[in-house]
Amino acid sequence: MFEFAMPPAFILITGALLVAVARPAMRPVIALLAPLMTLYAIWQIPDGVQLTTTFLGYQIELVEGSALRRMFATVFALMAFGGVLFAFRQSKWYELSAAMIYAAGAIGVSFAGDLITLFIFWELMALFSTVVVWCGGTESARAAGIRYAIVHLTGGLILKIGIEGIYVATGSLEIQALTLDSFAAWMIFIGVLINAAAPPISAWLADAYPESSPMGGVFLSAFTTKTSVLALILLFPGQPLLVWIGLFMIFYGIIFALLENDMRRILSYSIVNQVGFMVTAIGIGSELALNGAAAHAFSHIIYKALLFMSAGAVLYQTGVRKCSELGGLFRTMPLTTVCGIIGALAISAFPFTSGFVSKSMISSAAGYEHLEIVWFLLIAASAGVFLHAGIKFPWFVFFQKDSGLRPPEAPWNMRIAMVLFAAACIVIGLFPNLLYGLLPYPVDYEPYTAEHVVTQLQLLLFAGLAFFVLLPLMKRTETISLDVDWIYRRAIPVVAGKIDRGLNTANEDASKRLLGLGTSLMKGLKESSYRYFSSRAPMGHTALWMAAVLALFLVMTLII
Amino acid sequence: MTPEREEAIREGASHWLVQPRTIRLLWWISGLVLALTIVAQIWITVHAYFSIDSWPGFYAGFGFLSCVAMVLFAKVLGWVLKRPDDYYVEPTQLAPNVLEKNGQRDDV
Repeated sequence: MFEFAMPPAFILITGALLVAVARPAMRPVIALLAPLMTLYAIWQIPDGVQLTTTFLGYQIELVEGSALRRMFATVFALMAFGGVLFAFRQSKWYELSAAMIYAAGAIGVSFAGDLITLFIFWELMALFSTVVVWCGGTESARAAGIRYAIVHLTGGLILKIGIEGIYVATGSLEIQALTLDSFAAWMIFIGVLINAAAPPISAWLADAYPESSPMGGVFLSAFTTKTSVLALILLFPGQPLLVWIGLFMIFYGIIFALLENDMRRILSYSIVNQVGFMVTAIGIGSELALNGAAAHAFSHIIYKALLFMSAGAVLYQTGVRKCSELGGLFRTMPLTTVCGIIGALAISAFPFTSGFVSKSMISSAAGYEHLEIVWFLLIAASAGVFLHAGIKFPWFVFFQKDSGLRPPEAPWNMRIAMVLFAAACIVIGLFPNLLYGLLPYPVDYEPYTAEHVVTQLQLLLFAGLAFFVLLPLMKRTETISLDVDWIYRRAIPVVAGKIDRGLNTANEDASKRLLGLGTSLMKGLKESSYRYFSSRAPMGHTALWMAAVLALFLVMTLII
Repeated sequence: MTPEREEAIREGASHWLVQPRTIRLLWWISGLVLALTIVAQIWITVHAYFSIDSWPGFYAGFGFLSCVAMVLFAKVLGWVLKRPDDYYVEPTQLAPNVLEKNGQRDDV
């Protein structure tokens, strides 16, 4: 038993640095132990501010405990462990190391007692998640990583403006519920929402995550958006605007996932969709809704990581990412198929999976608050989740047609990680009190009533029927869908290129003309200089030149 | 699965799951389960949050129709938004004068 000595995030950062310098044989041991030690440390943190220090003259609170914070940190640490387990034999050491610091950033944000600490760990996440994207190793990963970094550093800047504004206005850096009544609060709101992939800046997620390595995607799916959910719960609970932002994200995710062909991009859009459920819940703001948002974040991280693991295993074994070229993999990758299906059922909130016990809290909260339109939209969206992620992903990747691919089953460490996370999805589904016990507010909610199970089955199974009936309409096309990122990937480069080329041509023209003018002037002077300067030139000319030079002197003395 | 069977599948023998007989059976079973979830409402009272959500088969109909609506909407949106998947793939852009120096300037 060791006493609580340093923030849990620092344990993971230390682990990541040790991975970097250790002998290759020691790296997996350190990488697997560090998240577990972090997890232990997380559970040693009691409620309230635990550790303060001085940073640039500010009193900052590095660690503040509460049930909600511990819950998020727990799932981040579990995720770091599962991700490392999935990746440690395949990833390069620097990918593991970067992913661990990324996870440490998320844990640091979870325990941040004030806005400065939050900001520092927020930026740590931005930097090292970019490294994880770059570890994809391709030219498109490099470019996507740069776009990702620009979006997140801009978001960080906006957040920082907000934090400074709050400090100037109130003199307090406390993390507390804010209202959108000042410029600074709006800046914080926008800065946090950019990380949640809220509209109109949602495109970065589906742009960057699918370019990472098969292992990197597992890490990326978990941290950035969910720390943002935590920040929203802490800073803007019950902000009505969030309901509509969340609903937009939900349907944006579904529609774009339906249009998509790249398997990990489908999953990326469904992250936006799922975070939309949480954002809506935070907007509803009742105790049940906030519990629902937190519970859904917890179960979402696990089943989404599981989905990214199964997609990653397929990508690792086949090198193919397009649904149009995949299919029929259940023959030789049965375990990956089963785990992928469990993840897909969990994301669809099928009874007896983790999604069922968490997502139903959100729609019930909308019902209890008498938000009729919101409730109907949430129910329609639940059916849509089954459509775009619950069936579409496993169907097109593992079944569909026989693509002729016969990859062997994933490596053993990937299989163990998938089985563990699949088991977690089912255990939480069967014993929801394990999850409910971690929630910030006391839970008085029973997910398993006969009517709830029956109505949910009706909803999902008929959504499934719709999928197979409409299958001809869903034929995969080798396309991508335009999004807001078109503005910075196409429109701005085209306009900037036009301006650049225009200025270049103008520059060349101008210098050509100027030179031509000078040349002809000199030529004229040279050829007909006798007219002005020779002894045969008329007296009048010389007098004129003298006058001109004297006038010039006069003007110069006046000015200087 | 025995290694021989696995080998046969690797070579292209059709898996029991994709044989027409199994697929027909699966459709029948699914149909039965679908019907069952609606019939179950005879015994299980569904309490309404609002009004129409306690109707028999409301969740089935609402789920099905909203999925149809979403797929159709996606289809329509796809006509506007879909582009070939190499849409953003471009050769590295250098400044025009550099391209000219390398003799690669063919776009202007």
